Amino acid sequence: MSATKAQLSHRRLIGMVRKESLQILRDPSSIAIAFILPVVMLLLFGYGVSLDAKDVRIGFVIETPDSVTSDIRAAFAQSDYFVPVTFHTIQKAEQAMRQREIDGIVWMQSDFSHRLHNGSGAPIGVIVNGVDANQARITEGYILGAWQTWLTHYSERRGLPQAFPIALEQRVWFNPAVRSRDFLVPGLVAVIMTLIGALLTALVVAREWERGTMEALLVTPIHIRELLMGKLIPYFILGMGGMLLTVAMAVWQFDVPLRGSFLVLLAASALFMLVALAMGLLISIVAKNQFVAGQVAIIVTFLPAFILSGFIFDINSMPTAIQWLTHLIPARYFVAILQTVFLAGNVWAVILPNAAALALMAFIFLMLVRRKAGKRLE
Amino acid sequence: MLQHILALIIKEFLALLKDKRSRFVLIGPPIIQLVVFGYAATFDLDRVPFAVYDEDNTALSHRLTDRFAGSETFELVSHITHDAEIAPVIDHKHALLVLHIGPRFSDDLAAGESASLQVIVDGRNSNTALLALNYVRTVLLDFSAEWAQEQQRPPPPAILVTRAWYNSNLVSQWFIVPGIIGLLTLVVSLLVTALSVAREREEGTFDQLLVTPLRPVEILIGKSVPGLIIGLLESTFIVLVTLWWFEVPLRGHIDALYLGLLLFLLANIGIGLMISSLAVTQQQGLLGAFLFLVPAVILSGFATPIANMPEAVQYLTLINPMRYFMVIVRGVFLEGAGYELLAAQYWPMAVIAFFSLSSAGWLFRRRMY
Amino acid sequence: MSEATSPAIQFTGLSKSFAGARPVVALDQLTLQVGRGKVTGLIGPDGAGKTTLMRIAAGLLLPDTGDIHVLGEDMREASLQVQSRIGYMPQRFGLYEDLSVQENLDLYADLQGVPPAERDARHRELMRMTGLAPFTARLAGRLSGGMKQKLGLACTLISRPEVLLLDEPTVGVDPVSRRELWAIVYRQVKEQHMSVLLSTAYLDEAERCDDVILLHEGKLLGQQKPADFSAPMQGRVWAVHAALGKRRLQQQLDLNPAVLDALTEGRQVRVVTHDSHTPPDTLIAGLPGAHIEAVAPRFEDAFIARLQQHKLTPSTLTSTPPQSPSSDDNAVIQASELSRYFGDFIAVNKVSFDVKRGEIFGLLGANGAGKSTTFRMLCGLLPVSSGSVRVAGVDLRSAASQARARIGYMAQRFSLYGNLSVQENLNFFASAYGLSGKVKRERIRASMDDFELTPFAGSAALTLPLGFKQRLALAAALMHRPEILFLDEPTSGVDPLARREFWWHINALAESGVTVLVTTHFMDEANYCDRLVIMADGEVLAEDSPEQLRARFHKTGEEEASMEDAFIALIEQHQQREAAA
Repeated sequence: MSATKAQLSHRRLIGMVRKESLQILRDPSSIAIAFILPVVMLLLFGYGVSLDAKDVRIGFVIETPDSVTSDIRAAFAQSDYFVPVTFHTIQKAEQAMRQREIDGIVWMQSDFSHRLHNGSGAPIGVIVNGVDANQARITEGYILGAWQTWLTHYSERRGLPQAFPIALEQRVWFNPAVRSRDFLVPGLVAVIMTLIGALLTALVVAREWERGTMEALLVTPIHIRELLMGKLIPYFILGMGGMLLTVAMAVWQFDVPLRGSFLVLLAASALFMLVALAMGLLISIVAKNQFVAGQVAIIVTFLPAFILSGFIFDINSMPTAIQWLTHLIPARYFVAILQTVFLAGNVWAVILPNAAALALMAFIFLMLVRRKAGKRLE
Repeated sequence: MLQHILALIIKEFLALLKDKRSRFVLIGPPIIQLVVFGYAATFDLDRVPFAVYDEDNTALSHRLTDRFAGSETFELVSHITHDAEIAPVIDHKHALLVLHIGPRFSDDLAAGESASLQVIVDGRNSNTALLALNYVRTVLLDFSAEWAQEQQRPPPPAILVTRAWYNSNLVSQWFIVPGIIGLLTLVVSLLVTALSVAREREEGTFDQLLVTPLRPVEILIGKSVPGLIIGLLESTFIVLVTLWWFEVPLRGHIDALYLGLLLFLLANIGIGLMISSLAVTQQQGLLGAFLFLVPAVILSGFATPIANMPEAVQYLTLINPMRYFMVIVRGVFLEGAGYELLAAQYWPMAVIAFFSLSSAGWLFRRRMY
Repeated sequence: MSEATSPAIQFTGLSKSFAGARPVVALDQLTLQVGRGKVTGLIGPDGAGKTTLMRIAAGLLLPDTGDIHVLGEDMREASLQVQSRIGYMPQRFGLYEDLSVQENLDLYADLQGVPPAERDARHRELMRMTGLAPFTARLAGRLSGGMKQKLGLACTLISRPEVLLLDEPTVGVDPVSRRELWAIVYRQVKEQHMSVLLSTAYLDEAERCDDVILLHEGKLLGQQKPADFSAPMQGRVWAVHAALGKRRLQQQLDLNPAVLDALTEGRQVRVVTHDSHTPPDTLIAGLPGAHIEAVAPRFEDAFIARLQQHKLTPSTLTSTPPQSPSSDDNAVIQASELSRYFGDFIAVNKVSFDVKRGEIFGLLGANGAGKSTTFRMLCGLLPVSSGSVRVAGVDLRSAASQARARIGYMAQRFSLYGNLSVQENLNFFASAYGLSGKVKRERIRASMDDFELTPFAGSAALTLPLGFKQRLALAAALMHRPEILFLDEPTSGVDPLARREFWWHINALAESGVTVLVTTHFMDEANYCDRLVIMADGEVLAEDSPEQLRARFHKTGEEEASMEDAFIALIEQHQQREAAA
């Protein structure tokens, strides 16, 4: 008798799913969390987060203007990256830099042309504001590039020997224009969906405890697995809806090329959504209180996903101990898959191990959920 | 009046600190995050894996390879012998870049013709790609200058002499860690305040407060001071860690920093209390705090510069107190900026603090429900 | 034991304790049976272990030691199977408020595995029984408190359980809905031969049970028919009339060492003596115009006699007499044409009444009648939509903050700072009311003494037993000796003993000249009021003294109408008028 009665029942599961779906439909906040929140966040951050330095304000200090110095200035002005501002003394330029009016200085002293003609290595002074080290490095790179271009032309025109014996031919694969948005937007999808997934489920079980509905539910013959499935299925569908929306926005709104197959993307997203939802569910079950659940969900999802997922800061550059730590962040695997599927295509060597890690995490979280959830109150 | 406020402050502190959970939330995560993020949030490249496809295979090409492999930035992971191997090495992320030395490299170089060197970079992380290319260029410049000297060739007629102000080695930790002071201060001050009114409303104690002779302004002060004190203590701790553990130099005056910190905290507390007074439940308070927190962090210039954002988004950042504090904290630490240079950052925070605090106080009593 | 002959529930040597900062032994070596086909009542003061016992029976908790068999099955092993044969309604039955009545029923039908073929008929039957048929499409959240409870019961009954467990099903439910709930339960017992175990804080409900289990601090005090409980009380219960104010009379009688308990009931005071040998004349000696008669004992008398551990010492609570009469007429609280709308919904509709100085004034009504909304407007916590409120001559919402120092307020739910200690809470409220220095210290010490809170001075308020939370809340509200006291359902969820004690303090305060405005849905508490209004649907149905109200519905040739009868009659009249309109 026990075997028949304790079996999983379709009817109970369908009943739970229907109830949960009706609640989602009636409660505008879960719809808002699933659809409106990711869209707003992606729009705001997709446009707001950019590492491409553009319109860098460069102060030109030309102590004795002549044809050579204006030639150099013109070479810089041609580049899209710079907005040149002219100063006559280095003191004025330095003051402007202190007041954050310019980001860098290119300085040619009064004897510049003279030394250039002598061929005695006329110095061009470059000062960058090093506070934002990353931007400073990028600016330095741009200045270096502009200088090389100018010097190559200059040597050619004057019939001088090659200024640079080695010509660097660079190819940036997957993102030839080196647009930071192309790598940030797929990462953002991962960060946002971590948050959404966990937030969606973090509150649902806690809410049942708080409203007292859990006690009545637990006394029915429902099996705990049916209860958990009943919660996961509708939120999974909801979360996938939000996920598809953000992916669509990445492709059409932000023009990120999708080079891999959509199916692979869908499968990886489904796997990741499962991890995020299970994580939320676990938080919810352990916390039993919407407030704590919400707090924990925010602490363990947003900042770690933002900083430790490789979405913006390269994991390879982190100290080894921290690199180990990033393995605990599910978003890390999803970011790797997304960046590859979007920009590189179906590279199985990247996708499979990361997908396997996600599957393992989903399994572990679901097992923990199953263990922590019981039909008794204690 | 003073006695009322004192009683409120004591009550607020007791309520915050007697709860084991909220004590932990205030102390645990910020410290862990400071240490983890202080190391994790870096744009500096380190041990970039690269592969070499050397078709030249001469002493000179080996020297070039060694030059890369010997630098701290690069780490040689494999040698490639066929064109077809390039794609998998990059695709599978075994190497971030492939150095392709053509078969005529040393011949060209000896003949005084332009010897070409191909570099293929994985652009999936465009920032890393860009930085790696910059490093490659620097290594290459050094290498060719050295070679030119050996061959007694003239140096290039003009040379770049580069200096970076404030952070001469361009350590990104110096940029990020002071930013974390702002980040964590924001998180803590919001967590302390954004729920305080909502929790009291939900538990009914706010009604109990409103029927006592306490005035809204007293309640406002009583609710703000604990957040201010906790915020100041915690940020002082983070400042000390920044100085002594991460060894970021403090070039300006600490009082310029603390004036900024004070205004920043007041603005955050005001926003937190405003969210809290608008919320009916703690749940809403939490979501509200969160919906403010996430954009405030991302659009503050903490990780990516505000100047790179589209103009509309840049305008939006004007109401974000963290944006101003980011300039102040980095200004004081690295640039040694004083009051005059930072004035443009102080007053907007003061305005935000004034508006948010007064509307929070107004909402205490007016809110209809 | 074969299944058919085994008792519905069998507890054997059951013990259960909860760990924590202050470990609690909830149940201690309980052995008892719940019989088949009858209603068994579970009675006991707070902390008796009623809810724990219910949860163990429902399979939600496992006992530490001992056995529990439900319908002959061991709950340790077969709880899932048993759960399909029992129905359990927890104290707060969790209806999904954002689902409709029908959807809630469907969910429980699915979960309980009711075959689709039988559903329609069963739903119709339950809807008819509960009177919810016209509301099947309405969201559960928009039902009144009584209707929610009936829907909860309907969800519990959907699969025709063999055993029904009800944990305080009538707490916070108005008398009309209470009667209806009982009718449904009895019908199930009669028609379905259902076995019911039900816990309750209403002693009159216990009287209606077939069998009563009396628990105290996790131990069994007795299990008998209610009549068997009250039988030994014969000769110990008296009704006293005298030419004295009812509060004064009650106080006088209580001072008599032979009296165990004195309770105001209409104009008379019901007295329970320590033993049956007390000559009745000695009880009324010295009382002007007094006469005494013997009355039949009730279950309540037996309950008090068993559980009242020590007699209440006369309450020393007083408040300073009003310093400055704020208005010439005697009306301390005035509400005129008071209305409040929430969107389209009219929560309070043109309510007017006056409360005189030194009066206990009651606001009575079913859930959702508008009592709390009216109350909040009077305290200045909610703006009025129209009409006006005067408390001590001012509108508290716009008056200077000092005006609020003249009132004391006790909210419906416990609303002091839960993680602060008793001492810290009192400290804070004393300071908030502007007390300081020696006065503050003395007041705090005095209220700790008055309310016997001293042993708990250092414990967090949240961990106090319910009755002590109540005392603490009252102590905080009285810290500044207010002249007006607002009490919003102060005794909701509190056990009968604690309620008595609470009113004991309130009576003393009223005698010393404090004006008290109280809302309640305990009809017996209405007897303590000097005057009261009864509200329904945001309107005042009646305003009178409790005696007059009861007299109004007194039918000739019957026993005197109880407050509950009067209330139900009023509501029914109102509903008929509404239906006619």
